[in-house]
Amino acid sequence: MPVIEIVGLEKTYKVGFWRKRAKTGLYPLDLRIEEGEIFGYLGANGAGKTTTLKLLMGLVFPTAGTARILGMELDDPKMKAQIGFLPEQPYFYDYLTGRELLEYYGQLSGIPGANRSRRVAEVLDQVGLKDAGDTQLRKFSKGMLQRIGIAQAILHDPKVLFLDEPMSGLDPMGRREVRDLIEQLKRDGKTVFFSTHILSDAEALCDRVGIIHQGKLRGVGAVADLTASVQGKVELVWHGNIVPKAFASLGAEYHVTTDTARAVIPEANQDAAIDALRRERLRLISVVPVRKSLEDYFMAQLNSPAVNQTANSTPNPAASAAVTS
Amino acid sequence: MSERILHIASNTFREAVRDRVLYNLIAFALLLSGASILVGQISIGIERLVVINLGLTAVSLFGLVIAIFIGIGLVSKEIDKKTLYTVLSRPVRRWEFIVGKFFGLSGTLVVNTFFMAIGVFAALLYVSHHLQRSDGWVLVALYFIVLQFLIITSLALLFSSFSSPLMSAVFAFSMFVIGSFAEDLRGFSAMVHGIARWLVLGAVYLVPNFSALNVISSVAHETAVSGQLIWYNTAYALIYSTMALCGAVLIFERRNLK
Amino acid sequence: MSATKRVLLTSSLLLVFCLAGSVAILRKVDRVRNASPSPDVLYISSPKTLRRLSLGYNGLLADVYWTRAVQFFGNEHAQGTGRYSLLAPLLEITTGLDPHLIVAYDFGANFLASKPPLGAGEPDRAIALMKFGISNNPGEWRLYRNLGFIYYLDLRNYPAAAEEFERGSKLPNAHPFLKIMAAQMAQHAGEISTARMLWAGTYESTTDRQIKANAAAHLRALRVDEDVANLEALMTRYRQTTGHFSAGFAELVNAGWLRGVPLDPLGNPYKLVAGGKIEVRDPDNFPFIEKGVPLGYIPPAKPKFLPSD
Repeated sequence: MPVIEIVGLEKTYKVGFWRKRAKTGLYPLDLRIEEGEIFGYLGANGAGKTTTLKLLMGLVFPTAGTARILGMELDDPKMKAQIGFLPEQPYFYDYLTGRELLEYYGQLSGIPGANRSRRVAEVLDQVGLKDAGDTQLRKFSKGMLQRIGIAQAILHDPKVLFLDEPMSGLDPMGRREVRDLIEQLKRDGKTVFFSTHILSDAEALCDRVGIIHQGKLRGVGAVADLTASVQGKVELVWHGNIVPKAFASLGAEYHVTTDTARAVIPEANQDAAIDALRRERLRLISVVPVRKSLEDYFMAQLNSPAVNQTANSTPNPAASAAVTS
Repeated sequence: MSERILHIASNTFREAVRDRVLYNLIAFALLLSGASILVGQISIGIERLVVINLGLTAVSLFGLVIAIFIGIGLVSKEIDKKTLYTVLSRPVRRWEFIVGKFFGLSGTLVVNTFFMAIGVFAALLYVSHHLQRSDGWVLVALYFIVLQFLIITSLALLFSSFSSPLMSAVFAFSMFVIGSFAEDLRGFSAMVHGIARWLVLGAVYLVPNFSALNVISSVAHETAVSGQLIWYNTAYALIYSTMALCGAVLIFERRNLK
Repeated sequence: MSATKRVLLTSSLLLVFCLAGSVAILRKVDRVRNASPSPDVLYISSPKTLRRLSLGYNGLLADVYWTRAVQFFGNEHAQGTGRYSLLAPLLEITTGLDPHLIVAYDFGANFLASKPPLGAGEPDRAIALMKFGISNNPGEWRLYRNLGFIYYLDLRNYPAAAEEFERGSKLPNAHPFLKIMAAQMAQHAGEISTARMLWAGTYESTTDRQIKANAAAHLRALRVDEDVANLEALMTRYRQTTGHFSAGFAELVNAGWLRGVPLDPLGNPYKLVAGGKIEVRDPDNFPFIEKGVPLGYIPPAKPKFLPSD
């Protein structure tokens, strides 16, 4: 049974002074997330990622469609006890200290008193805020706020985690730590659904990704499969600072320094490019395939009008283990 | 369920305290002491009257201001600042949130009033050197003031669940003013006809009757308060607050949070 | 039913139930408070203090107190208590807050000076009120009319009344009857025609319902006094002519002394009693009459005004 099951979920708003015009925040969405997956929900700012999450959290109500988490309705408290949520750029009660905040959330999540303090200490340690437990939140830096946000999301040991831009506002070390944390969660058997617009993070972490653009889901599938569908490129490096004229028609992007030149061309044009270099008697240094990136897939989706589903858009947990950085 | 409400209530109380709300007690203490000393020196015979009138009016007005200023932000502030997101993603029902906030603010006001009551009795002792039996009615007046706070808090919460803080403050304050003129409203309804009569009658029954809860003048003149009135006022305050809270719950339950 | 639906249903039902409950309790509260009417409306009875307390909104507060005064009088009148002790303070506060609220002075002139149960029985306070009004509104003819009214009607001080009517008649927009009243005072102060003029003038120039009703009742009473005086004079002349008092009106009609059975202003026949005296059939209908009152008649606590006036 899918951990998250979304069927036809839609959100339209009435805007304008007389509330006559309709604006669609999310077009009917169908999506299934299986247990133990890390799913990346990708999109530019304003694409509909946060809308989807707010719908799933019951903060806004859909204009059509349904969704179930762990097989339960979205307003079921039993379900909510098993999920954790980290909103985008979170705010917390700034008059509380870190420890007090987590205690409060622990109370609301129904963690019994004895376990609570122990668990709060554990979690503070886990997110690296052990020494900030008694500092008021109004004194926290952005990075610290993000960490306490993660802390409150994992506090009650939920089965499913929903993270909205979990890396935002973090320095490279912080991002590394969050990535490690997410991987640890996966090893613990949790399901993680996180949204981001930073493709490299998704590429590194996710089993599957879904790309949402202007409220519509454009593509869902395992990272490897999605990148496979994109045309590959190769990078040629040679001595000299001359670029053959032929390269202009080969779709090359090139970069010239004092004594070497570099060009990235579509894989299909590789032979034609090498011939052009030989004709000009330019000495080749290297021919390296450029790794196909999710970014290429992403940009391709943004430019194509149709929804693009690959052959393997249902998850295969076994295959996902193979995707590493 | 009730545990969560209690936790939300105590968190709301904690927020008020850390917001330095209780500092108003200092202003109150200064006002009352200043007045008591002054009145002791310039007038003879009506010190008790002045201290009770001034003291109880100050308790009522200070509390009203606190109730409105905190009440209007109870819900809207959490929506604006998005602190609600991480609360509602937990097994907390939306209605529990509203009820918890209500008890939190009411609790704050009760505690505040308690300290102010001590101040009033201290001032009374100072100007008249002894307490008399009729001073017991001052406690009734204070109790009625607390009932007023319950009603105002529930109204502020109701308005906060759907309108901006500024409009909520305007609405809540207007309700208090109109409700204080409840007697005159009833007089109007006897004097107008037609549609106007229905409108005024609507106001008479929908706007809380704050004048019935204001026995400050009678108590200052040492008149007893009828036991029936105490019962009815208690029931009224509880029923009215429940009504306003139901309204708040109904609105908040299906509200899309931005 | 989903949790949300349950909550919505429960809150809606609870809301309706509480609404009904609050209306019911409010009625009970009103009853308790009316039963023991504490005049806490007057705990601050100094107009000056109130003016200061009103923080500049004295106009609004004056209106509030004015409505309270009218309400109060109407209530006491309806309940027939005959005790209008709060009327003078209420009007004093009203005019203290807003000295230009002329209708308050009119009300005071009509209902402060008359003896209970028709008024508060405080002519001195009424006069003080009018003088206060005049000092604040020197160009308002109605205030002189009111003052003259009080002197004439309640104190029977005709020279003083004449003086006030004369002063008032000189002001712009003064009603012409003021001049006439001033003239009448000199010679015909005690006459019915003078009183009639005064009440007719009041009836015409006021918009307040209670003042109008009062004026109409006075006019009817004057009519009755006049009728009774004329009829009794007729009876005396008949006796002098025929040697005996008539037994009933029919005798006089047959003898050609009357055209028909005489009717009072409300259309009911007068009663002829022993000794040639005339009485009204139902004295309750005529609160201000001085003649034609049956022997041993005790006026009701609650004087009767016609609602149609």
